[in-house]
Amino acid sequence: MATVEEKDLIQTEQQTLVRVENLKKYFPIKGGVLKRTIGHVKAVDGVTFDIKQGETLGIVGESGSGKSTLGRAILRLLEPTDGKILFNDQDITHLRNKKLRPIRRDMQIVFQDPFASLNTKMSVEQLIEEPLIIQTDMNKKERKELVNTLLEKVGLRASDRMKYPHEFSGGQRQRISIARALAINPKFVIADEAVSALDVSIQAQVLNLMDDLQDEFGLTYLFISHDLSVVKHVSDRVGVMYLGRLVEVAPKKPIYENPLHPYTQALLSAIPDTNVDVEREKIKLEGDLPSPSNPPSGCAFRTRCPMAHERCAEVRPELQHKGDGHYVACHLYDEE
Amino acid sequence: MTNETVLDVKDLKTYFFLDDDKVARAVDDVDLTVKAGETVALVGESGSGKSITSLSIMQLINKPGKIVDGEVSLLGRNLLTLSDKEMTKIRGNDVAMIFQEPMTALNPVYTIGNQITEVLRKHKKMSKKQARQRAIDLLKLVGFPRADQTIDEYPHQLSGGMRQRAMIAIAISCDPKLLIADEPTTALDVTIQAQILDLMNEMKAKLNMGLLLITHDLGVVAEYADRVLVMYGGQIVEESPKKVLFKDPKHPYTEGLLESLPSIYKEEDRLGTIRGTVPPAHSFPEGCRFSSRCPHAMDQCFKSNPEIIHLDHDHAVRCYLYSKDD
Repeated sequence: MATVEEKDLIQTEQQTLVRVENLKKYFPIKGGVLKRTIGHVKAVDGVTFDIKQGETLGIVGESGSGKSTLGRAILRLLEPTDGKILFNDQDITHLRNKKLRPIRRDMQIVFQDPFASLNTKMSVEQLIEEPLIIQTDMNKKERKELVNTLLEKVGLRASDRMKYPHEFSGGQRQRISIARALAINPKFVIADEAVSALDVSIQAQVLNLMDDLQDEFGLTYLFISHDLSVVKHVSDRVGVMYLGRLVEVAPKKPIYENPLHPYTQALLSAIPDTNVDVEREKIKLEGDLPSPSNPPSGCAFRTRCPMAHERCAEVRPELQHKGDGHYVACHLYDEE
Repeated sequence: MTNETVLDVKDLKTYFFLDDDKVARAVDDVDLTVKAGETVALVGESGSGKSITSLSIMQLINKPGKIVDGEVSLLGRNLLTLSDKEMTKIRGNDVAMIFQEPMTALNPVYTIGNQITEVLRKHKKMSKKQARQRAIDLLKLVGFPRADQTIDEYPHQLSGGMRQRAMIAIAISCDPKLLIADEPTTALDVTIQAQILDLMNEMKAKLNMGLLLITHDLGVVAEYADRVLVMYGGQIVEESPKKVLFKDPKHPYTEGLLESLPSIYKEEDRLGTIRGTVPPAHSFPEGCRFSSRCPHAMDQCFKSNPEIIHLDHDHAVRCYLYSKDD
């Protein structure tokens, strides 16, 4: 069985900032009168990848693929069931509160819905100041100054700082979330569907902003989204998730131009595009995503895969390197 | 195949009269037609008035909203002059609607079968037995492999895509002449979206319906529409056949939208943007409603709102850049 060799994954030129090894997050299903655990939803089921300093790794998948759970488990907002998370070469998988807090300074998250993620009773100033109070020993004056600078950086006015979230549009609220995430100068930011709730013209503004901020602060992004076009725009490398597993990881160009996994191929062919001149062949996928509490044996995609054969039901395919950093978990590429 | 005009909307105005004497002109002077067998897409961002347009056609506008002017003809009958009772006979019968979120559009305490047969028994006066048989046939038609079992299931037992299929079955149960689909696939994953849009297309051809597709997704428009209407600030700002619109957009708003869209087929370093945000419907700028965000705005644009200008027999745009006199 082909396994991922560590040497393959770690490239030497750039330093690895985040490394995830065989990460698993299972949610118990309770049932019966005694509420005993009768099964598990395998939301994330053995995911391995690394993210280099200054890089943007995009994670795409449909609903139920486990991409959001993955993001939360990396930040330890959810306790991983198994596996390892390394941040700056330090194993943070089992760190406790006190030791975790300084690490949390370096890792932030921007959520999808800025209506739900900002406390409606706090002014913009209070919202952005809060992480500074918890994480730094800045005095009041220093904090106010930093809030003003941050507001300007994300394209809001300093005079907006006394306003409350309801006074802003969705795009502006997402800018506030970004300012809040950047307040304590993190190294690593997870964007979980951060632009999905926004209209396209506003989405473009926020994507450009994230791009500028990455250059300015040398940020490393994990960009989680269901939208393959957006992921293509922002990412250096892309990982495709299906039912809790990574089925393909590659630098942007090869994965969009020459996708190897049948699921990636189908996903790409299903995106409606505005180029009206090209007639594209669509790969139709039958049926829905199977339940993650009872995934198919072997390859999780085999029930919908047009290329499935016997081996797919028997052996779970592992990620294998196909050259130039292109990994795929599919038996079609097994070497005899 | 005939291509008679199914829906003809003229000068439609739907205003909302707010508490503080403000008037939100959510739909202001909208003209649109849909022919049998044709898919017309109404695109716009949130707050553009596209959903209010569709609800006005169905006459589902509640206080403080009111249709203040215009004409909505369905197969030559002006719906705005009908009584509530007469309108009830038309909804679900001659014109049907599919919404974005099938979980809220379906009643969770009735079985799928109940919800399809309700329509059939009301509009087609079928017996219980006839209606049940027809419901099973409809479910088979929209792709339920075990239709005779699904008919007794509840909405929560189905996945999102399957629920939307059930919605389509209800919508087409009385062979409507016009189907209005308001963001029908926005809540669905891309692979399921493709299945549902293909199904709608197939049903449209089979029943020779007119399809009014309301969406914010320009990719969906490019693949499924025949004609496109772009809406901004309660008005149609551009209308054209699909291919023309995507290759040669005229209105600065349409151009801006297309540039701000990332694509998997091109490599863009930086996305184009439209500055600012959509103004709320009670405080549109004087003059052209896009003037506050338009990169080409001229003096004239801040003074008066441009009329629709016909560039071609099928391409029209609401913009002073294309006025003929200067």
